[in-house]
Amino acid sequence: MRLNTTIMRITMRSMLSRKRALLLIPMPLLLIVLTVLCANSSSIATAEWVEVLIGDLGVAVVLPLTALIIGTSVLGSEIEDGTITHILAKPLPRSEIVLSKLVVAFVLTMVTAAVPLGITGAIAGSNSFAVALLVGCTVAALAYSAFFVALSLLTRRPLLVGLIYVLLWESTLSALFKGIRNLSIQQYAISITDRIDNSDLLISDLSVTVAVVMSVVFTVVGTLVASDRLRSFNLTGEAA
Amino acid sequence: MNTGVIELKSASRWYGNVVAVNDITMTIGPGVTGLLGPNGAGKTTVLHMMAGFLAPSQGEVTLDGRPTWRNPEIYRHLGLVTERENVHGFLTGWDFVLASARLHRLRDPEAAARRALHIVEMTEAANRRISTYSKGMRQRTRVAAALVHDPRVLLLDEPFNGMDPRQRLHMMELLHTMAREGRTILFSSHILEEVEQLSGTVQVIVAGRLAASGDYRRIRRLMTNRPHVFTIHSSDDRRLATALIRLESVSGVSLGQGGLQVQANDYGSFTRALTKTARQEQIRLRQVLPADESLESVFSYLVAANDGAALPNPVQPAPASRPTPSPQPVSGGAR
Repeated sequence: MRLNTTIMRITMRSMLSRKRALLLIPMPLLLIVLTVLCANSSSIATAEWVEVLIGDLGVAVVLPLTALIIGTSVLGSEIEDGTITHILAKPLPRSEIVLSKLVVAFVLTMVTAAVPLGITGAIAGSNSFAVALLVGCTVAALAYSAFFVALSLLTRRPLLVGLIYVLLWESTLSALFKGIRNLSIQQYAISITDRIDNSDLLISDLSVTVAVVMSVVFTVVGTLVASDRLRSFNLTGEAA
Repeated sequence: MNTGVIELKSASRWYGNVVAVNDITMTIGPGVTGLLGPNGAGKTTVLHMMAGFLAPSQGEVTLDGRPTWRNPEIYRHLGLVTERENVHGFLTGWDFVLASARLHRLRDPEAAARRALHIVEMTEAANRRISTYSKGMRQRTRVAAALVHDPRVLLLDEPFNGMDPRQRLHMMELLHTMAREGRTILFSSHILEEVEQLSGTVQVIVAGRLAASGDYRRIRRLMTNRPHVFTIHSSDDRRLATALIRLESVSGVSLGQGGLQVQANDYGSFTRALTKTARQEQIRLRQVLPADESLESVFSYLVAANDGAALPNPVQPAPASRPTPSPQPVSGGAR
């Protein structure tokens, strides 16, 4: 498997030239502003607002939604507008195309979600918490990206399916049923953060081993499934 | 050996209950071949199967004996121009064609991109963004991207859409040149005149079936067995009818509420004589409509004619397991 810089360059330009890219700016910005406000307020205990702001909003909403918008766009929007044929009509291994798209999705998610979350971590507490949060969110960003890139090839409505995964599976069902957390990328981010940092600002009962192994599984399986689906990519004809 | 031969063997494609392509067997070799048929006949589906972008539901589609489906290696020898304008508008023409050359991992991508843009006469506008191009310019840029790796096979879906007459002529010359070099060029069109001008062999698809195949002129000769019907509205239909019936190219005239109906034996000589006659009689032509010009009606005639006519080298569709029984296609002879 190798990366293709031409595909990466075109994808990056395509992503940044879309109006959808503007959606990515307000969320992390709002998160940082709210963190600054809370950090300077003496009326709320740090542990309380960190859980709500960084845990419930940052890790549970901003990170997955950013990854969802980006992950489903890197391939999905090209499939939608037909520009994908330009790349597909080339003698390139489909895994190379998927991997190049995945790297772009991951880098963009990192910059627009994981790094801002790391900054909120630094504002909230210590450098160690910031680093832990950055690492946890980076791992999750990679797993989410692979998952959402694969979704864009598995369904015609990747955004809807992704939203159901984030809002119903990760936020609601995993809170009710402990077993579901094993399949929640959000929980992997929290578990890894909790393991690296001892401040107990974010707590998870999911083992870090499970979190790391499952993050790898999501990334590898997502990439393989996406590559296989792209190999069987159908351009629908007039009778479709 | 890579000779650029595309083969469909009893290939069918259906979407749920809709049969888009029904048991087609054809071989496309070097030269220009027109894939002809009315809109919605299944031309795009056939082209997409040939280009490896659709799996045949049944049968086989191969390029030089290798399946096109799930086989990206075919793109080393195949260039594709789809009907849909699928180009990133933020790229310049140069960026787009150069990216194609790089994705093909050509030894000298810049030189290949320059050559391809020169072929389609897009060198001057190459540094402009594609979003500023006219439809014809976009089309030519897409052709350049498809040609950049000097493919042995070129598939083009409705390539003349949006092109002005000069650009059409240039594109036709280009396709002829490539065909003379021994390449396989297949283009789809629903416009009979485009195919006529490009000459060569045609494959006619009607309602997902191969209705006719072979040399265009021979098929056309079959078509002339049936008179062309025109509906005409003029300033004096009755007087025009009297004048037209004297023409050799006219076999029948009838006057009704819907205007003047004329049956002509020969399309070209009648249309020339019509304007001349109208001028001589000082009658103003308001509307001249070919009443049976649709390919579908001509092709259904061809298919029906096949039952009785003795035709050379008819294509024999494979007898085994078809989704629905299909009539035998008319063959216009060997290419």
